[in-house]
Amino acid sequence: MEWEIVIGIETHVQLSTESKIFSGASTDVGAPPNAHACEVDLALPGVLPVLNKDAVGKAIRFGVATQATINQRSIFARKNYFYPDLPKGYQISQMEIPIVEGGKLKFHVNKTERTVNLTRAHLEEDAGKSLHEDFIGMSGIDLNRAGTPLLEIVSEPEMRSSNEAVEYAKTLHALVRWIGICEGNMQEGNFRCDANVSVRRKGDEKLGTRREIKNLNSFKFLQQAIEYEASWQMEQIEDGLAIVQATVLFDPDSGETRLMRTKEDAHDYRYFPDPDLLPLVIDDEWLIRTRASLPELPESKAKRYQSELELNGPDVASLVSSLEAATYFEATLDQFDQKTIKPAAKLIANWMNGELTASLNRAQKDFTQCPINAETLSNLIKRILDNTLSTKLARLVFEELWSGNSSVDDIITEKGFKQMSDTGEIEAYVSQVIKENSQQVADFKAGKEKALNSLVGQVMKLTKGKANPTQVNDILKTKLS
Amino acid sequence: MLDKTVKELGDALQRKEFSSVELTRAFLDRSKTLNNEVNAFITFDEEQTLAQAKKADKILSTDNATALTGIPIAHKDIWCAKNWITTCGSRMLENFRSPYDAHIIKRFNEYGAVTLGKTNMDEFAMGSSNETSWFGNVKNPWDLNRVPGGSSGGSAAAVSAGMAPASTGTDTGGSIRQPAALCGISGLKPTYGLVSRYGMIAFASSLDQGGPMAKSAEDLAILLEAMVSFDAKDSTSLEKPTVNYSGGINRSMNGLRIGIPKEYFSDQTAPDVQKGVAEALKEYEKMGATLVDISLPTSPLSVAAYYVIAPAEASSNLSRFDGVRYGYRAPKYSDLNDMYAKTRAQGFGAEVKRRILIGTYVLSHGYYDAYYLKAQKVRRLISQDFAHAFKTCDVIMSPTTPSTAFQIGEKASDPVQMYLSDTFTIAANLAGLPAMSIPCGLDQNQLPIGLQLIGNYFDEAQMIAAAHQYQCVTDWHLKKPPLYGV
Repeated sequence: MEWEIVIGIETHVQLSTESKIFSGASTDVGAPPNAHACEVDLALPGVLPVLNKDAVGKAIRFGVATQATINQRSIFARKNYFYPDLPKGYQISQMEIPIVEGGKLKFHVNKTERTVNLTRAHLEEDAGKSLHEDFIGMSGIDLNRAGTPLLEIVSEPEMRSSNEAVEYAKTLHALVRWIGICEGNMQEGNFRCDANVSVRRKGDEKLGTRREIKNLNSFKFLQQAIEYEASWQMEQIEDGLAIVQATVLFDPDSGETRLMRTKEDAHDYRYFPDPDLLPLVIDDEWLIRTRASLPELPESKAKRYQSELELNGPDVASLVSSLEAATYFEATLDQFDQKTIKPAAKLIANWMNGELTASLNRAQKDFTQCPINAETLSNLIKRILDNTLSTKLARLVFEELWSGNSSVDDIITEKGFKQMSDTGEIEAYVSQVIKENSQQVADFKAGKEKALNSLVGQVMKLTKGKANPTQVNDILKTKLS
Repeated sequence: MLDKTVKELGDALQRKEFSSVELTRAFLDRSKTLNNEVNAFITFDEEQTLAQAKKADKILSTDNATALTGIPIAHKDIWCAKNWITTCGSRMLENFRSPYDAHIIKRFNEYGAVTLGKTNMDEFAMGSSNETSWFGNVKNPWDLNRVPGGSSGGSAAAVSAGMAPASTGTDTGGSIRQPAALCGISGLKPTYGLVSRYGMIAFASSLDQGGPMAKSAEDLAILLEAMVSFDAKDSTSLEKPTVNYSGGINRSMNGLRIGIPKEYFSDQTAPDVQKGVAEALKEYEKMGATLVDISLPTSPLSVAAYYVIAPAEASSNLSRFDGVRYGYRAPKYSDLNDMYAKTRAQGFGAEVKRRILIGTYVLSHGYYDAYYLKAQKVRRLISQDFAHAFKTCDVIMSPTTPSTAFQIGEKASDPVQMYLSDTFTIAANLAGLPAMSIPCGLDQNQLPIGLQLIGNYFDEAQMIAAAHQYQCVTDWHLKKPPLYGV
């Protein structure tokens, strides 16, 4: 019998605000323990929370970007439980009325478009950290992270494979960076996923009992954890055992999930509205302002690139994978007029997705730190379009540009990279090659198409790559026919 | 000089009749002596106090003095004051030295006032008799066998016994007004949101409100001017135009409509208290005020609603006292949970534990709707009652308490009887309205009777004026307990 996996994902997105959600302390990481824990973060007697408007603004951005409903009146609630790195003994979160409700996220799985509906997104504060390794026989508490703003984004259980789950998470990750609400550094815990996984027989309408895998901070772990968990659940059921609702942890070393707690010993969080905070009211003006400040979203850009520039799906997907890439692309494209824009777009996409991305990756840089600016890249593309440079020569010019030389035309002149486009000159080389390679000429005439490539290669070699390969091809064919 | 009001002291200091250091020294000496009997103070810190007095004397020699410069004020030990041990009446914070100032402490410091000491209180402000303090109960200066009321019992007793010219308190269900009534002084709970709660150790956040306690309504006005100010650190603090309370006390009572809620005048109230209040109302009529019969039909439910909402908030507010970062930690424990359990079992007293249990219960899954949500609905109805009543009156008057000061131990074993002593005061907290208590007589045992005034939102000025006018024509607020100043 066939199984179906059902996955819902809760993501904790750290919002990139300067200060904490309810205090003025800095959210910078890397400070000595408790250096960024003020009296409010320490939960001293008598202190009170004050909401950081920037965190609210970022939550609104997310809601607008996912076409969700922004609740213009939402409520902060206290989630009560004891833990040493939870200084107040409760976490301020949102329960009954979150700031964002609904919304959807579109992404591609194996070139098929998928839409996953979002349940909600609510604001809350992060906890501190317990340090168990630094002290013998004791634990240390670092409250630097306590009070860092989080947006918890909850999806509907609409994903059916680990691939879908990973694509969802990657798209969400790109989006929160795109709209400037999260740094997205997964190693630092900026973006953490909990996956709710259940299985059922294909065709069943009723959902199976789910187990929640906590705190997955890489796409790889997300994938591995879901795959392990789903097959574990299938085995259990096939062995006649029932799944018990539980929270589990993923161990990357063993690749297994292990039980953290079952529903029986789940906390009763005793949620109630936080009397220290007034209801959060967002007026129309704030919504309008946020809507206007949002950059064009990746989905819209992708559509535009495909219809206006006639770029293909995979090219477009890379160009809109980050706002930095898209911005760089458009800045380069701006240097071309209406006549050349489409071939230019294709070439820019090729260079960005090929040479440029590879070089940036090697240098561990992104498009904002690219040593070749958009205008320079456009100059390179222009010289390819006007046949001054072959692809091969262009690569040599690119290398010069990467190492700091910024004028394409100067490089071409100085290094003599100019493509040979004079037909007479090329013809002379072609004749020489035909003369010296009688075997290949015979092969070609006998119908071996591949022999032509070898001849072209010889001409290119002779001209040190400067001949225009298309022209060489044409001349060869003419001469040999 | 020790018997003067704040107003008189302020004038004398500015006239250089004596210095703040002299005044403060004298109050310290008297307070320290009397404290052996009254137990009104938990902490004195002469060094810090006299340093402030010296500083005040410097300011007094310039043009920058305020009405409070150089005047020693006793602060309820619920307010965090920088470098002061701040206990909240609990073993849990017995050795907690606050690293920061509460907003109102900052304000008093800016006004040049001197912190005389920190006063005794019911543990975490939970109590109506001051018997739940870890530091022993405060005694009523009118009869040392009787309670001073609570939870601001130390602040009330200190003013009553002449140990301090004025003090601060906090009022969650009557904690300023009830002890003011039982000790024969004046006390005021402002509109919720008027006085910042920042640095006030939270009991029930939606009800807590700080306010002044003093010998006269005029003094309350002066103190209130220092206490009221918008505070960006308290999200429930309200930005309101500044009101000159002390400048507005000479209003005529002619035409003032006084609402008399029938629910607050019943045979449940001690006959002497009924009589004292009735006579006070006659005084108002003589001054030209008219009495208007009103009804607050939901008020019989106020104690029940309060004892759901307040413990619910308290159970959460007191979670931070976990032995991890500051305060008491049990000396011996086996693991984390044992540390929590022993720390809280040893650090909290019985009444605090009772309320944490009640609060935890009413917020629990499956009980929330029946208790917490229902209580919030009652709370809304109570507010509506008042809104309706204030359409026909300007101020509401009633007894502050159903009886005068009771014996120490009398109600300690019966929490419900104890809770009922706040039956007239709780509704104003639930509705967020300003209210005060002023002395209006003595019962047959020579114990003070309190008259409660409830004003409309932000109408403290009206209420204070009414209290002041009464004190202009009567002398109940000038009566001194047998122990006064001894």
